[in-house]
Amino acid sequence: MSALAATHVTVRRDGRAIVDDVSVELAGGGFVALVGANGAGKSTLLSVLAGLIKPDTGGVTLDGAPLGGIDRRELAKRRAYLPQNPRAEWPIAVERVVALGLTPHLPAFGGLPGGLEPRLTQALEGCDLASQRLQAATTLSGGELARAMLARALIGDPQILIVDEPTAGLDPRHALDTMSRLQALAARGKLVIAALHDLTLAARYSTHLMALRQGRLAALGPTTETLTPDFVRRVFDVEARITGAGRDALVDYRGPVSG
Amino acid sequence: MKAAPGYLLPSLALLALVLTAIGSLFLGRVNMSLPALLHGLADPSSLAGLVVTELRLPRAILAIMVGSSLGLSGAVLQGLLRNPLAEPGLLGVSNGAALGAVISIYFGLAHAFGLATPLLGLVGAMGAGALTFAFGRTSTLTLILAGAAVSSLMSAFLAMALNFAPSPYAAYEMSVWMLGSLSERSWDHVLLAAPFIGAGMAILATMGRAVDALALGDVQAQSLGIHIDRTRVLALLGVGLAVGAATSVTGSVSFIGLVAPHLVRPFVGHQPSRTLLPSALLGATLLLLADIGTRVIHTNTELRLGVLTSLLGAPFFFWLVVRLRRLAP
Repeated sequence: MSALAATHVTVRRDGRAIVDDVSVELAGGGFVALVGANGAGKSTLLSVLAGLIKPDTGGVTLDGAPLGGIDRRELAKRRAYLPQNPRAEWPIAVERVVALGLTPHLPAFGGLPGGLEPRLTQALEGCDLASQRLQAATTLSGGELARAMLARALIGDPQILIVDEPTAGLDPRHALDTMSRLQALAARGKLVIAALHDLTLAARYSTHLMALRQGRLAALGPTTETLTPDFVRRVFDVEARITGAGRDALVDYRGPVSG
Repeated sequence: MKAAPGYLLPSLALLALVLTAIGSLFLGRVNMSLPALLHGLADPSSLAGLVVTELRLPRAILAIMVGSSLGLSGAVLQGLLRNPLAEPGLLGVSNGAALGAVISIYFGLAHAFGLATPLLGLVGAMGAGALTFAFGRTSTLTLILAGAAVSSLMSAFLAMALNFAPSPYAAYEMSVWMLGSLSERSWDHVLLAAPFIGAGMAILATMGRAVDALALGDVQAQSLGIHIDRTRVLALLGVGLAVGAATSVTGSVSFIGLVAPHLVRPFVGHQPSRTLLPSALLGATLLLLADIGTRVIHTNTELRLGVLTSLLGAPFFFWLVVRLRRLAP
């Protein structure tokens, strides 16, 4: 199982710390929901954890090795990353989009080696895309596109999956569908880190909650213990009532914190 | 549309190219019968032999080199920038080459030494490419903006050279050169341009994986192990070498680089990497056809290559607009 550790990570933009001295250790088997208000630094932190942005100070290690020292293709095989609202720019067939997830596994020239063809079929079927296989990715609905991108991320069988707002723009059924797929991955020993806005969904599916407030780590712990009205107040400046316990917790926002 | 098998389109494009190339050897201003030309090929010292080996063969080879450079560069740039309007002149190298060539005419160097025009064209293309690189290497957006800035700067200098031309004849010569032509080109031109075009195209040909991954956007491509900064620099270098050298020997030839990838794309399932080779082959075929056109359409003054490609390219542009309007919601 893989372990991702950040130590004293700070990212500055125009002198302002977007991510401020964050240290976390995350291990395989966990589904970590990263929450925080808009502009709290979630996306930036995810990019740093994915090795796409080099922090100004501090560093990230994957199984003890600094991310910067890992070959790009090697890193791409071990972790997958999906930005917010990922999409394809050309009307490429869904199967080709999903196959792009194998890019770090391919030689410099030529098509998909025959040996990888079953993996493609498996990835498509795993995300219920068998009937959309030859459809142009630009014509997919939001839910189908989200599944296609997830299949793209998972086809390389990465140990770590980092996803930025996987449920943004999805209707309840597709949001639940996406969350249960991420949960199943974590149950198989992968490390899943996802930025989320819906605390009720996070409570039901994630194993850990990680919260950012103005770039600083506000909380990190098992979801069932961490999610309290006090937590919501500290992270979002919102009064909330939480009914139900553990996985059935329902977060009801009452209003902004007064004073 | 289901994409055709991988080898089918490149094979068909290659076949079309070979047939067109053979055709271009037999068609021209000097009408020669087939037997005479075949005889000429066997005996290069005869008149027919000279026409074929010293005039038409280098001309056809140059057309293939230039056309394939333009087609491949267009395909790579459209993939890199994910923009269907990207074309090889975007990075400023074509105008740089034109400026270098025009300077050689301005100072009368072209008359003193035949290859001065393409040589200075190469210098101009490299200078323009270096300028684009210096200002635009940090991101894809800055690369386009820097290319546009360099392009307009070169155009400004071109206009200035025309404005202050030493004689009306020089001004005429400059403006005609810019219209592009393959006539009066020799093996020297082929040999001069070949190393640059070869190196540039070799660089561009390695970019298939990168342009494929870039269909998902810069960030996802980067997460898939693509070195975005290096990809951008390689694209500029490849286009600079290939298109810079191509423009230096023929003058400005528009639309080939824009059109070829569009014609190819629907047949390869729009996958960027699979447009590269067919675009190069189709670009070469289109340029050969246009060059044949300039020779068989009889006009008092030579119909210039760039004029013909523009005349044929503009309606294509309209077709593209109509098609996009139909596809877009």
